[in-house]
Amino acid sequence: MARIAGIDLPTEKRIEVALTYIFGIGPTTAKKILAKAGVNPDTRVKQLSDEDAGKLRGIIEREYKVEGSLRSETAMNIKRLMDIGAYRGLRHRRGLPVHGQRTKTNARTRKGPKKMAVASKKVKAGKKG
Amino acid sequence: MARSIKKGPYVVDSLVRKIETLNRSGEKRVLKTWARRCTVLPEFVGHTLAVHNGNKFIPIYVTENMVGHKLGEFVPTRMFRGHTEKAEKASVPGK
Repeated sequence: MARIAGIDLPTEKRIEVALTYIFGIGPTTAKKILAKAGVNPDTRVKQLSDEDAGKLRGIIEREYKVEGSLRSETAMNIKRLMDIGAYRGLRHRRGLPVHGQRTKTNARTRKGPKKMAVASKKVKAGKKG
Repeated sequence: MARSIKKGPYVVDSLVRKIETLNRSGEKRVLKTWARRCTVLPEFVGHTLAVHNGNKFIPIYVTENMVGHKLGEFVPTRMFRGHTEKAEKASVPGK
């Protein structure tokens, strides 16, 4: 029903929570937006009046960078790091952690699932050696 | 934590002085430097700096996008040639 920033908000949720379904709006920003628009954060999305929805839409459009444009901005920032040949760009390119974390172990979020040559055998060999 | 704005960007004075003399004379020359920790200022743009990587000097052409970064960010100090190949995996069969 209520569409804000190209996203359908879940109708059964409180508006405070529903706004966080938009990329770029978390709990804090959602609260700020609602306070500014003077909308009760406890109203359900389905109960939201068109007028209030319009207000929220206006505030988000004017003051916040969300969804596509936010995504493209972060992508541009990363691309810039890669283009100037900075160390951080290099880490992005290799898909390794960027902020100096250890990579001997862990770092699985960036590196993805473990790659093992011969899955079960290698574990045994590792224990012996 | 980010550096206090009051202090301004961290720069190595001797390097900045050299670049300023280059700028004044309109001359372009590769400057060797060890000052990897020096922030890139807008004045550096268009110069080529040979930044030390611990072993030798790597020439870096400074562009506008690099302003605000440290010189060392553009010159990696570690060289990773890949892991050594495991010798004869097949000869050690499991029990």
